[in-house]
Amino acid sequence: MKKNFNSAYLPDERVDGLEKVTGKAKYTAEHQLPNMAYAVFVCSTIAKGKIKHIDTSKALSAPGAIDVMHYENCPKVPGYQPAAFPDLKNVGEWRGLKVFGDPLVRFYGQPVALALAESIESANEVAKLVEIEYEAEAFETDFDTLRKDPSKLKGSNNYVRGKIQAYKEAPFFVEAEYNVPIEVHNPMEMHATIAFWETADTVLLHDKTQGPKATQSAVARLFGLPEKNVRIIAENVGGAFGSALRSWANVPAAVIAAKKIQRPVKLVLTRPQMFNLVGYRPQAWQKVGVGADANGNLLGITHHAISNTSRYEDFREGIVDASKFLYKCDHVDTEYKILPLDLSTPTWMRGPGEATGCFALECSLDDLAFKLKMDPIQFRIKNFTEIQQESKLPWSAINLKDCYAKGAELIGWKNRKQLPKTLKEGDWYVGYGMGVGVFGAGRGTSTVRAILHADGRVVLESAVSDMGSGTATAMVKVAANALGIPEEKIKFVMGDSDLPPGPMQGGSTTTSTLGSGVHLACESLKDLLKDMAIQMVDSFKSMAKDKIGIEGLKLFSLDNNNISVTARELIDKKKVSFIDIVKTSPGLNTREIQKATNSFSVHFVKVHVHSKTNEIQLKHVVTTGDAGKIISEATARSQMLGGAVGGIGMALTEEVKVDHSTGKISNATLGSYIVPRHTMIPHIDVWFTNKPDPYINAIGAKGLGEIAIIGFAAAVSNAIFNATGKRVRDLPITKEKLAKVKA
Amino acid sequence: MASVGIVTSLIAEAMPLEAFVPVPIPKQKVSLEINGKKLDLMVDIRSTLQDLLREELGLTGTKKGCAMGDCGSCMIHINGNRANACLSLVVYNDGNKITTIEGLSNGDQLHPVQAAFLKHDSFQCGYCTSGQIMSAVTCLREGAAKNREEIKKYMQRNICRCGSYQNIVDAIEEVKKSGVKV
Repeated sequence: MKKNFNSAYLPDERVDGLEKVTGKAKYTAEHQLPNMAYAVFVCSTIAKGKIKHIDTSKALSAPGAIDVMHYENCPKVPGYQPAAFPDLKNVGEWRGLKVFGDPLVRFYGQPVALALAESIESANEVAKLVEIEYEAEAFETDFDTLRKDPSKLKGSNNYVRGKIQAYKEAPFFVEAEYNVPIEVHNPMEMHATIAFWETADTVLLHDKTQGPKATQSAVARLFGLPEKNVRIIAENVGGAFGSALRSWANVPAAVIAAKKIQRPVKLVLTRPQMFNLVGYRPQAWQKVGVGADANGNLLGITHHAISNTSRYEDFREGIVDASKFLYKCDHVDTEYKILPLDLSTPTWMRGPGEATGCFALECSLDDLAFKLKMDPIQFRIKNFTEIQQESKLPWSAINLKDCYAKGAELIGWKNRKQLPKTLKEGDWYVGYGMGVGVFGAGRGTSTVRAILHADGRVVLESAVSDMGSGTATAMVKVAANALGIPEEKIKFVMGDSDLPPGPMQGGSTTTSTLGSGVHLACESLKDLLKDMAIQMVDSFKSMAKDKIGIEGLKLFSLDNNNISVTARELIDKKKVSFIDIVKTSPGLNTREIQKATNSFSVHFVKVHVHSKTNEIQLKHVVTTGDAGKIISEATARSQMLGGAVGGIGMALTEEVKVDHSTGKISNATLGSYIVPRHTMIPHIDVWFTNKPDPYINAIGAKGLGEIAIIGFAAAVSNAIFNATGKRVRDLPITKEKLAKVKA
Repeated sequence: MASVGIVTSLIAEAMPLEAFVPVPIPKQKVSLEINGKKLDLMVDIRSTLQDLLREELGLTGTKKGCAMGDCGSCMIHINGNRANACLSLVVYNDGNKITTIEGLSNGDQLHPVQAAFLKHDSFQCGYCTSGQIMSAVTCLREGAAKNREEIKKYMQRNICRCGSYQNIVDAIEEVKKSGVKV
């Protein structure tokens, strides 16, 4: 398609942009297979207990009804009871809820039956007509009360460096408790699975997943099939933010049902089901104490946390981790426990535990800086260190000071007053705040196939999926850079488990891991061309490899520019239409390089708070990232914008409310669980240090999806404190809560 | 009882199941003009425009993000006005002209709003994008794009969970300033 705008920004456009703006990009639920049945979950209306009786007679007599699957008629699945299938080789116990595996109800809204019908309209009706009698039991969902009972808590995980609770002996210290409620990923595309048994033992899935290979493995092990018998397609993923890091109940439900009725099955969750069937950020209580001397040197940090999990799975995350290593401090202790509740299992949500933990840590440091009468940025610079405090290894790269300086300049930090309520515009108090984020920057294993066609096109393949961060766009840039050819000549193919194994898209590792794979495959392709020249071209024979140069797709002798050959000539000479190479790039061993590897961010917020109504208005946001070299400026910038928007939601609006009399989530819609919308978003500036990390990988790039949100909620809270002198430690910060707090 | 999909579903939840007697699906003939093409269809009277477009007509550019009018992912134009496809039963649309994202571009020529979304990277996962673009077009046509604040107010019905809001407003503002006819 032609564009009718001048294309000054063309190089920054997403490679999949055209498909997305024209509505042609297909997402999981948008595939149609012949003779496909529609499936809808019927979910429990009690929080705990047992199904006493299921009556499907009315449901099955409804027009269009095909079947209703539930625990009584669900086919036996090897992964639900591996011991009963000793002959199958590749069986693994299904992780998580074994949907329809037994009559037990473990949380309100658990799928207890699957309505199958000829159309979505009929399936919805069939689902409504399933009649279920339960034997209800007492349940526990009230985190705030139950977390105070030590006998309910599980799995204490403690860390001590130096003295315990040393902060209390410091001349200046603060201690406070914090609460982060349950938050839900809520990607705009709802989770969906289409399952189709192509033969008795080969199955094809269209599935919303952040890792086609992981889903392939999970489904293969569920049925005891060789992995090659399972194919997962996820060509476009409409957001996920962590919700598609594992396979949830919709995957086995669709695959089992397709087997049972011998037809392809399409199962799409409803928006209310998105609130508890695909994970959520767990609720977390935290207590943080920090102490310093009069000069602002940190003398102690203590960070305790409790977060909820389900009754049937343990989930824990890195809530207290940043406190262990980010700031220079000799005395640090942390304690982390989990509280099982009669709710579904939580999972990683963008910035995961670190976002929860840095909210408490960065608010605490702001309080202490205030007590010390120090500027919060100066206080952090005072405690800046280039040595990761837990491992005592130097960081591979850390440019936090650049972030402090540039962010302060862009937000207008010089206008900030140390004392709250001293800066006013009309009836509004004005405040400035900042918060720091940190997340691990890893590099995993990835395999990439590079194909060079005779006409000069390069195709790269890897079995990853992209939830919107722009993986293909970035990988094309990595390849263009390595090969020295224009981006238009390169295509990155993904979203299919049949491709060479690629990593899960999560934990801010895709660019580093996959970028290393692409870089290696492209370098190997150049190497292959050199080998071909030496073998097939007389003038290159007996030439040493390091005497051969390559520019674009032209090879030449470094000693004699007149000796050259093109890739096309080599491919033609070989009488093939393309050459290809498959390469596996290894993961990073931080012990080997003796470096700690992290990405960092500093967020700055300017806020207005109304002096009479306590209404909160964000006026300006500056978000800065230190994540190595930026591969794709436009998509990296968009990720930071998205993290800031997510952080605004975390700080000001997002909260799941559980009705503890029923165990039901009472606000499971996008009309009642408030996510940020257009009018909540102020002007946001994004800035990167853009300095290559020399140790992390060959391309110098680190991930930034997580640091985009980590520390953000604290920046908002700190700005509100600077404006009003009021601190709300219970997210989200609302005007009602502000009204109740004394300055 | 089973005659009006969305309304029925609400009533059905509130009523005891015994009172609910299923009847065969009545179908009804409906004439629609979709993206300039006239169609005579026999439709399930419970069908919403959203499900008809996505499941029956293969026009999956119109997205399903909530099916209850909260998110704007399914925004289409009905007789030139923006509307949530999920909240509109097909049978109520007899004789209506419907435009979806697939009908916005003119052959190979992108609509100016689509081109501006590309240029400003106004999306990430792309799932809310069709709805954002359909709203952006009526925002411009209705003269609601006077300034950034007015644009935001008009676009309030469209959620972008990836958080591309600023780039969306940048795109709309640029089209407005260019004066190009939309």
